[in-house]
Amino acid sequence: MSALLEVSGVTKRYPGVLANDNVSLTVNAGEVVALLGENGAGKSTLLKAVFGLIKPDSGEIKIGGSPIVFGDTAGVISRGVGMVHQHFQLVPVMTVAENLILGDEPKRGIFINKKAAYDEIIALSKRYGLEVDPDAVIEDLPVGMQQRVEILKALRKDVKLLILDEPTAVLTPQEIDELLVVIRNLANSGVGIVLITHKLHEVMAVADRVVVLRGGKLVGTTSPKETDEAGLAQMMVGRSVVLQVNRTEAKRGGVVLEVKALEVRDDRKILSVKGVDLQLHKGEILGVAGVEGNGQRELVEAICGMRHREAGSVLINGVATKDMHPHAVHEAGISHIPEDREKHGLVSNYTIADNLVLNQFDQAPFAKGWIRDLNEIAKNAIATVEKFDIRTPSAFNTAGSLSGGNKQKVVVARELSEELPVLVAAQPTRGVDVGSIEFIHNQLISARDKGAAVLLVSAELDEILSLSDRIAVMSDGKIVAIVDSKDADRNYIGRLMAGLDK
Amino acid sequence: MKLLSKRNSYFLFAILATAFFYSKDGDITTSVYATGAAFALPLALAAMVGIMCERTGIVNIGIEGTMLLSAFVAFFVSSLTQNIIIGLICAIFTGSMMGLILAVMAVSWRMDQIIAGTILNILATGLTSFLYVQGKTIPSVFQAIEVPVLSKIPFFGPVLFIHGALTFIGIAIILALYVAIYHTSWGLRSRAVGEHPSSADTAGVSVARLRYINVTIAGGIGALAGAYLSLELVGSFERGFTAGKGFTALALMIFGRWNPLGALAAALFFGLAQAYANQLMIDQVVNIPTQFTAILPYVMTIVVLTISAGKVRPPAAEGQPYEKGQA
Repeated sequence: MSALLEVSGVTKRYPGVLANDNVSLTVNAGEVVALLGENGAGKSTLLKAVFGLIKPDSGEIKIGGSPIVFGDTAGVISRGVGMVHQHFQLVPVMTVAENLILGDEPKRGIFINKKAAYDEIIALSKRYGLEVDPDAVIEDLPVGMQQRVEILKALRKDVKLLILDEPTAVLTPQEIDELLVVIRNLANSGVGIVLITHKLHEVMAVADRVVVLRGGKLVGTTSPKETDEAGLAQMMVGRSVVLQVNRTEAKRGGVVLEVKALEVRDDRKILSVKGVDLQLHKGEILGVAGVEGNGQRELVEAICGMRHREAGSVLINGVATKDMHPHAVHEAGISHIPEDREKHGLVSNYTIADNLVLNQFDQAPFAKGWIRDLNEIAKNAIATVEKFDIRTPSAFNTAGSLSGGNKQKVVVARELSEELPVLVAAQPTRGVDVGSIEFIHNQLISARDKGAAVLLVSAELDEILSLSDRIAVMSDGKIVAIVDSKDADRNYIGRLMAGLDK
Repeated sequence: MKLLSKRNSYFLFAILATAFFYSKDGDITTSVYATGAAFALPLALAAMVGIMCERTGIVNIGIEGTMLLSAFVAFFVSSLTQNIIIGLICAIFTGSMMGLILAVMAVSWRMDQIIAGTILNILATGLTSFLYVQGKTIPSVFQAIEVPVLSKIPFFGPVLFIHGALTFIGIAIILALYVAIYHTSWGLRSRAVGEHPSSADTAGVSVARLRYINVTIAGGIGALAGAYLSLELVGSFERGFTAGKGFTALALMIFGRWNPLGALAAALFFGLAQAYANQLMIDQVVNIPTQFTAILPYVMTIVVLTISAGKVRPPAAEGQPYEKGQA
């Protein structure tokens, strides 16, 4: 029997970048192959080639023993290849059922047979133990549930090979555990799985084989039995990576940022921050841990002036900041690494150079009066690209052309450049590769050491634990506990996050 | 469902108002409503063009031009051949071609869709002004057909069931489009393409193909709206004949929330308003220059859009060219 997927010698060149350089790999039925690589290592390009979405310059891709044709995505899908995309391919305003049947609708005459669709969906979700409500509208569902729909969508097409593109990037720890079980079960039932992820412990937990890409080249194949997380990280980055953050004792100063009795509503007008009090000191990192959707996003947005404060106040050095005025809040001394870098962090169509000065474009040295100083902006850009190791052909390419991790580096570089008294970092390493995570973590620590008060919000408990001096646990819109990180116990915090202990 | 939702209260108001007028003067009310329905049809059909296009993510502001050129072709071909059926067929072909041109510009060339639509409008205005000849006539218009039995119902009969063939075809298209959008694969796929094209693409639906098909068919429907004006409602053609109906239709589409029945209701409301205004003039109840009553539809368009602005949600991918392989 031939392999499910056979990639042999695929090369793809983009202007200025060699995205795939003679890459070969095979995936067999019933095995989980983890595809590892930094952002921009060429994983996405390889996948697009597998789906016939791009045409490799050379090399061949075979599915079930026969080669694929460029442009024939439907053909690839019909041969049993399914993909769960990093950006969900779901129509937000439609129901779960509508999304699941899209493209292959059960029919009665010319009409869609809704009854048959429901029966099929219920049978499918029973068979794989993935419960969903067919009538729920996608945009109302939590991310983990949306992903479940995405997986079901692939399973519905009788997949033999399922590709998961960074499936855990947006999930809570509990959802991740569930997903890993699902992945294992699918493999046991004979599905071949390609798992793309940055999270090494997931790879160690679930993969049978690990394939590592670096700079477009395949640098090695290994298995969790033969190596450990540090070994994998080294293969990915090409140098040894310190996974544990080296952190000295914080030199805590006075209170810089004070949040008093803050109440905030979410997009659906439901009260999601229910009276939060926080005091953030100079020279410390205060981590906010919590299962996503417990009010962290709204808290951050309200602090930064991006969301209306229903009640309460946010003070910097004792002075109240303006509500709903991000610019004034920034002027008052808060820099913000936003959770959604695409939406709030960058202007995709602007150059990297311009994005790097978005917070200071109207100030010296980047402007002289009304006129922008393009020379200074360029100098700053070139220096920053170098210092932050932003992988791009030039500092004058658009920010939109960068890979996720490099976009994040641009945002982090910009927000740290001013050295404001307060830094609010929301999910600063989401979807970012190991090498960049290490770098960003070190930047946060060094900002702290320079005297900034850092508010770190992250869905990654490990990140919170390794960086924070104090940890505030948020559950159901309230801070349920603040613990010193020296006394922090993973299980205890996990239970607080789940709202079990009070 | 709340019994007294905003929508239900609109309907209740409309029914009460109608009943009130009918009790005052049955004959005039019936004739005003029949006229209102006749005014509403081209607006409703034109709104269907917008719905079909925008549901798949193409903004079509060339509806006005499509209607104008089709009305022109319908009239002059009918006049040349002395056969209104041939005129109608040529008009529908013309409209479909206008749709196809828009699809080529918007889908294949990824042009700005507002500019693409404007090109259609300018093209139509230019061609119809240049080729216009005075004094032509057509053998007849599409004559009113009385639907047996139904047309005898008081009020509803004359309002709904005594119309020309094109009206009945138009109503059938609107109802069919409503069913098709919400209950067929085509509708599901069209909506998916308009909301989130990459989802449709990864599910094996060809975004470009569906957009081509829908925009082209929509052009044909726009042609029917134009042909209705010149071959059924008025029976002639002049320069600037469609008088902004294609743009009004876009407002109705928004007011009807991209739902065919919603747009139909909005069109009926507009048609009635205009019929009432005419009646007020005829009765000499008000004595204001005709120019002011002629402005009425446009003023109402602005008012309606102002009221509904911000509360409606257009298809998310509207106006954006789709490129395969984007995230």
